[in-house]
Amino acid sequence: MELLAQQLITGIATGGIYACMALAVVMIYQAIHHLNFAQGEMAMFSTFVAWQMLAWGVPYWLVIPLTVVISFAGGVAIERLVIRPLGDAPVLSHIVVFIGLFAIINSLAGFIWDFTIKPFPSPFGEGSQFGGLISNHQIGMIAVTMTVLVMLFLFFQYTRVGLAMRAAAENPASARLVGIRVGWMIALGWGMAAAIGAIAGILIAPIVFLEPNMMLSILLYGFAGAVLGGLTSPTGAVFGGFMVGIIENLAGTYIPVIGGELKLPIALFLIVTVLVFKPTGLFGRTVVQRV
Amino acid sequence: MSVNTTTTADSPASATKGVSLPAPAAATGNAKIMRTAGVILLAIGVAAPFLSGNFLIFQLTMMMIYAIAILGLNILTGINGQFSLGHGAFYAVGAYTAAIMMDQFGVGYLWTLPMAGIICFMVGFLFGLPALRLDGVYLALATFALAVVTPQLFKLSPFEHWTSGVMGIVISKPDAPFGLPLNPDQWLYFLTFAIGLLAYVCARNLVGSRTGRALMAIRDNPIAARSMGVNTALFKSLAFGVSALYTGVAGALGAIVVQYISPDSFHFALSVALVVGLVVGGVGWLPGALFGGAFIMFVPNIAEELSKGLSGAVYGVIMILMMYAIPTGLGGLLKAALGALSKRSMTR
Repeated sequence: MELLAQQLITGIATGGIYACMALAVVMIYQAIHHLNFAQGEMAMFSTFVAWQMLAWGVPYWLVIPLTVVISFAGGVAIERLVIRPLGDAPVLSHIVVFIGLFAIINSLAGFIWDFTIKPFPSPFGEGSQFGGLISNHQIGMIAVTMTVLVMLFLFFQYTRVGLAMRAAAENPASARLVGIRVGWMIALGWGMAAAIGAIAGILIAPIVFLEPNMMLSILLYGFAGAVLGGLTSPTGAVFGGFMVGIIENLAGTYIPVIGGELKLPIALFLIVTVLVFKPTGLFGRTVVQRV
Repeated sequence: MSVNTTTTADSPASATKGVSLPAPAAATGNAKIMRTAGVILLAIGVAAPFLSGNFLIFQLTMMMIYAIAILGLNILTGINGQFSLGHGAFYAVGAYTAAIMMDQFGVGYLWTLPMAGIICFMVGFLFGLPALRLDGVYLALATFALAVVTPQLFKLSPFEHWTSGVMGIVISKPDAPFGLPLNPDQWLYFLTFAIGLLAYVCARNLVGSRTGRALMAIRDNPIAARSMGVNTALFKSLAFGVSALYTGVAGALGAIVVQYISPDSFHFALSVALVVGLVVGGVGWLPGALFGGAFIMFVPNIAEELSKGLSGAVYGVIMILMMYAIPTGLGGLLKAALGALSKRSMTR
């Protein structure tokens, strides 16, 4: 019983990371209707930026906002410089550009900070609560994810910019007609996704350690969470992320053949199964199409 | 006149949109150009292994193998409109089929190729059934999951008896048969060349046939295709099967040529590379597979030469620049160029 509780909590905690990642994925998907394969690498790069600042002796409370701002600017810059010139090229060309970005960022991070594994301190310090059941870092992770989700909800529901972004994503032509600068809304979406990715990176780095390839499997879980919840729903993405975290942990613990190595396949297998029965995800909506 | 050509060269995308269906006379003119190009390529292909060193021959063979795999992917994505980011999985199944048959059962290497094709056809067809429920991004993700899972599946302990797990399987290189005066590298080159040619002719015929038209109808509008009496479920699964067959044969050839396989040879990067090759060559344009194969075989090496530490970044930059220059791949560029050419010859 204690093992189950322990695993559930660990699952929820790692699920929080996947939820953050899934949220970032859905943000960009909402804005441009493409899946950004370079999302994980962007988050990884942001985390390295944070690490570098920590290494220079900048205090932690300053590092996080600085990293978020830098990542936001980076996301906007990538949209303006790389994605925008592509225009309405076919979907597969976009995918190739994302793969290109992936290669560039990964190689750049390896070049600047090399491929050795670096420890990353937790912003919430060491130690644990409830008799060692859950560490401070895990509590912090869950809290941050939920805060980000609530803030995003409020942003998209009640602020002018948030509503404009939704309008731009929903119907670009009409949005332009009422005076919304659709291009900048998309750039804003990229910036926000990069910022959320940076937060996810800082939260996950203390657990998986920092290295240029750290985000690959995280991104996959993020995708899985996003798909599970439905790519059209931020809330669904967060729920999906938590679900993937829990499923992965329980399957790794209780199904003997699986063990650590096969956690990833089993999670992905579950996602595919869900998709087969519910192709738009658990919270997604069905798109009606004209012939 | 010269002004005309420069504008079309600058904006291939807009040119494609502007081109209407060329008149029959112009079309035969284009066909003539294409045929001449094909004959020249063929001649170069036959002469190449006598003019180059063994390592270059090996690289050219691998290029053609990738081209066969990309051809298979093109049938699925370009002709039938289903995305796959997981074709490395079928490549791996083909490679393992060949390797296990040779290693465990002592089957001759030539016989492993049709077997790899058949097994991959079945695997692809079966994978195509659940994939029927998904489209667009969701299908891309499901297949991506397949690509990621593949190396781990081949590491599984229950299969270790056949796959020898992480250790991998070593295959010996076959010699040229019938006392042909070729060294093993040259022989494998010609074998791959012949199979590639056969694969291309079959793919062309498939696309030109009734089945091919059905596949394209599904790509262009699934609902309209269904209302015209096309069995979309069957044809979509078949497209998956045929596509996997091509890629599986390529995988088997790849295993024979490289002489070694292990689960980590089929990292998801392979699947990603195949997609890159497909897009660079031109989605829906079958000969583009050869250029795609060349791109994924040689450009990473070029990137490595330009900068050792940043080779990945250089490769990425080249990829992105390619997409800016020719967003529809070489196929789209060629189509635009030929369209402009035939338009000019018509006005003349």
